[in-house]
Amino acid sequence: MGLVLPLLVFLGVTFLAPLATMLLRSVHDPVVADALPATLAALREWEGEGLPPEAVYEAAARELGSAREARTLGQVAGRVNRLQSGLRSVLTRTARDLDDVAGGPWREAMAGMDSAWVDPGTWHAIRAAGERFTARHYLNAVDMRRLPDGSVAPQPEERRIYLPLLWRTLLVSLAITVFCLILGYPIAHLIAHAPPRRGNLLLALVLVPFWTSLLVRTTSWIVLLQTQGVINDILVAIGLVGDDGRLSMVYNMTGTLVAMTHVLLPFMVLPLYSVMRSIPPLHMRAAASMGATPAQAFRRVYWPQTLPGVGAGSLLVFILAIGYYITPALVGGSSGQLISNMVAYHMQTSLNWGLAAALGALLLVGVLVLYLLYDRLVGVERMSLG
Amino acid sequence: MTGLRIGRFAHLAFCALVFIFLVAPIIVIVPLSFNAEPYFTFTEGMLRLDPAAWSLRWYREIIENEVWTRSLANSLVIGVSATVLATALGTLAALGLSSPAMPARRFITGLLISPMVTPVIISAAGMFFFYTNVGLAQTHLGLILAHATLGMPFVVITVVATLTGFDRNLTRAAASLGAGPVRIFRTVQLPLIAPGVISGALFAFATSFDEVVVVLFMGGLEQRTIPRQMWAGIREQISPAILAVATFLVVFALALLLTVEWLRRRASA
Amino acid sequence: MRTDRAAAAAARASTCTALLAACFATQAAAQSITAVSYGGSYQKASTEAWFEPFAAATGIRVDVEDFTGGLAQIRAQVEVGNVYWDVVDLNVSDVTLACDEGLLEYIDAEMLPPGPDGTPAAEDFAPGTLSDCGAGVVVWSTIYAFDASRFQGAGPETIADFFDLEKFPGRRGMRRVPMFNLEFALMADNVPAEEVYGLLDTPEGLDRAFRKLDTIKDHVVWWEAGAQPPQMLADGEVVMSTAYNGRIFNAQVLEDQPFAIVWDGQLLDINQLAIVAGTPRVEEAMRLVSFASTAEALAALGRRISYGPARASAAPLITTHLETGVEMGPHLPTHPSNMTGALWRDWAWWVDNQDVLNERFSAWLAR
Repeated sequence: MGLVLPLLVFLGVTFLAPLATMLLRSVHDPVVADALPATLAALREWEGEGLPPEAVYEAAARELGSAREARTLGQVAGRVNRLQSGLRSVLTRTARDLDDVAGGPWREAMAGMDSAWVDPGTWHAIRAAGERFTARHYLNAVDMRRLPDGSVAPQPEERRIYLPLLWRTLLVSLAITVFCLILGYPIAHLIAHAPPRRGNLLLALVLVPFWTSLLVRTTSWIVLLQTQGVINDILVAIGLVGDDGRLSMVYNMTGTLVAMTHVLLPFMVLPLYSVMRSIPPLHMRAAASMGATPAQAFRRVYWPQTLPGVGAGSLLVFILAIGYYITPALVGGSSGQLISNMVAYHMQTSLNWGLAAALGALLLVGVLVLYLLYDRLVGVERMSLG
Repeated sequence: MTGLRIGRFAHLAFCALVFIFLVAPIIVIVPLSFNAEPYFTFTEGMLRLDPAAWSLRWYREIIENEVWTRSLANSLVIGVSATVLATALGTLAALGLSSPAMPARRFITGLLISPMVTPVIISAAGMFFFYTNVGLAQTHLGLILAHATLGMPFVVITVVATLTGFDRNLTRAAASLGAGPVRIFRTVQLPLIAPGVISGALFAFATSFDEVVVVLFMGGLEQRTIPRQMWAGIREQISPAILAVATFLVVFALALLLTVEWLRRRASA
Repeated sequence: MRTDRAAAAAARASTCTALLAACFATQAAAQSITAVSYGGSYQKASTEAWFEPFAAATGIRVDVEDFTGGLAQIRAQVEVGNVYWDVVDLNVSDVTLACDEGLLEYIDAEMLPPGPDGTPAAEDFAPGTLSDCGAGVVVWSTIYAFDASRFQGAGPETIADFFDLEKFPGRRGMRRVPMFNLEFALMADNVPAEEVYGLLDTPEGLDRAFRKLDTIKDHVVWWEAGAQPPQMLADGEVVMSTAYNGRIFNAQVLEDQPFAIVWDGQLLDINQLAIVAGTPRVEEAMRLVSFASTAEALAALGRRISYGPARASAAPLITTHLETGVEMGPHLPTHPSNMTGALWRDWAWWVDNQDVLNERFSAWLAR
């Protein structure tokens, strides 16, 4: 136990703490609550019907000004804007204009600056953005939203994006798993029952892509599949397609499927191979001697014995596929993107880190469930590396 | 019987195609990296084996370009440090896991291997949030810790695998002859598990050397690595210089593969 | 010269490995700053016109990074507290956003150099090119271009032609963002330029723009970096593509590409130089911004790539293209002959609407 402890501590700091931070991010966002405490406190008195009382306007005027001075206003406005678009500039402009206003009544002053201030929707948005702990990122991640009255409803049609994407990710991962099985099973069989020297050589051929940098393999597929690429050139040269009818095989779903199957195939072959190697050839011969056709012998004798390998390989490929990011990002174009790409998008481009964390948490739970299943069926300690 | 023949032939032909699918993409970029033109296809001159169509210009470009040499230095520094860390901690843990007295073995093994199956985008996002809070983002140290975490499961797996074939009587014998635990480790266990440790270390190094997502999220300008540089190149505009780097990485991968295979033979012999 | 830095970095890095410490220390006030631009020919032009002369004049070396626009990296650096970008070239809506968020240092017009005849900066810069945190440098535009050698008869002439698959079959390149594309879609749908944003502000107008984009969606190749469209046109990956006008100009004059620009429906935009908040090199950064926003420096850029200058006094200095002697005037987006059907991008509208539209655009792309 003492020997494992250093690594457990290390893992706790470098891996588990980060995951915990991410989970916290997905439900916790203090920016608005910290910037507008008095406004939010005053808003709590408001029933949500009609306009809030003057006290709310007064607090808002004061706190918008101080947020502007502290230069946190942009972050506050950005978060409110996510709940109702258009409010970003309302908040920043109002804060700027309020500099010239000496005193109340604040409601009239603000209403004069923008009619949004006499729209209850604005205040609902501010109140919702002010929740320190919130489930809205998770709602958002499953294409739902909270209405002003507190009920939960689906997003409007044109904004539903994550559930279809999750669904697509599952289907693509499943397809890749099936492709890997179809391609991997015969070659695993060939390698497992070849004479040792040849078997080792063939196994090395499987391992070459396994060791080669992922970026190199992805680059290769771009070079092969692009419109002016090697495969299209060959097809044109042998006259299968015309020069103007070159196929689009990359920067779309085809690219994602081909490249990911290539990347994940070794993870299918290796477990299959280690199971098949342990099946004595005697079994097949015995079946044949008892009159079974090769097809029958395969179906009744061989295939059932390889099922543990099929299960292990398929689960492993599936687990790795649903979290894949690099390959779809580089060869997937717009139609070949998966859920991980959306996490990256919100991490790096839209900077909606709460939503990125919520999507990541959902993905993490999915992977953990599959991982537990794998452990139950295969045992993690038997995960082989070739 | 002819049906069987046809079946066998079909099987072999199918396997041949799969092997081509596996290896051809990796081989094809090697000749293309010697293209004298800035294209990614075989020019007519190349197909005629015209010497003028082949050139080393892209190799010259990457060697002379300080961006690539700096990335290589970063990749090596981060990779080696992460490997040392992952190997030391991972080997210790594997020894612990293999001892019969280990409680909750299954759970802890699962925990230690989890960074390998967690989608790297999630690890990277979490690390970005956490390492930012503690001031480790955009430092070499942060990346070294992150890469050590991602590479460590490989060390645990390979060393545990070597230890399953390990005869515990040897350590017991050494202990009965008066050797202390450190001495037993150094003179009895280490030589026997060395191939596993080295394989694990190579896996860990390869993981770090190929890792781009964490670098993308957490690395600054000073932490540009080779994969990070390739990523930028592929996204914007693939120049054949990328293919030259890729060729170098393929050769490197082959070297790693051969070393690991050789170690495995030695371990099983 | 730059190898010392590599050596220093390597030395520092090896200290890190030895001690796993000292990595926290950021570089002390160095004699170098980092400027960030958009790669490709624009970056090359900025380097030659601004960064290299600045280094020669001051002894402060400028390392040039590239990006594809946006605030993500800047925000990450400021949030992390490790700012390693100093001067960034941003479009005006990003400057506004970032300024409100406290990501940029304030730049007062009084800190900027006067015109060659002594006109104060505030008067010399064109209206709208200065803001709280940015010093205007270029007026550029998003246009669409085509490879003339691929059309036997007449080539496309209007923005509507870009959406006309019957008259001009083939794939189109478009930037993978809703910005620009929604405007183009409406203008191609016969909406006059001045009514575009009024219409986009209504749900019906947005639906109409997306419906128009639907008609060519299956024939679009999406690009992200400004260097991609000329490459895609040259490779024959697309027959026409939206692009930044200067990139196409450089491909025309420097690489002799048979590209032609369609100015109808062009979307004009302004880029500014800004300083990342919290950089320890703020003084050097401000010196670079002042240097690059002089009339001479803007003209030096304008003679390398066809982007118009942000200040009036620079315009007469932009005569011919330095390398080829081509007359620059007709290639600038603001030239009168190019302005029919032109539209200034409404950056304020985009600041408010880009979050929700980016989301909707992603959903639309994925469908």
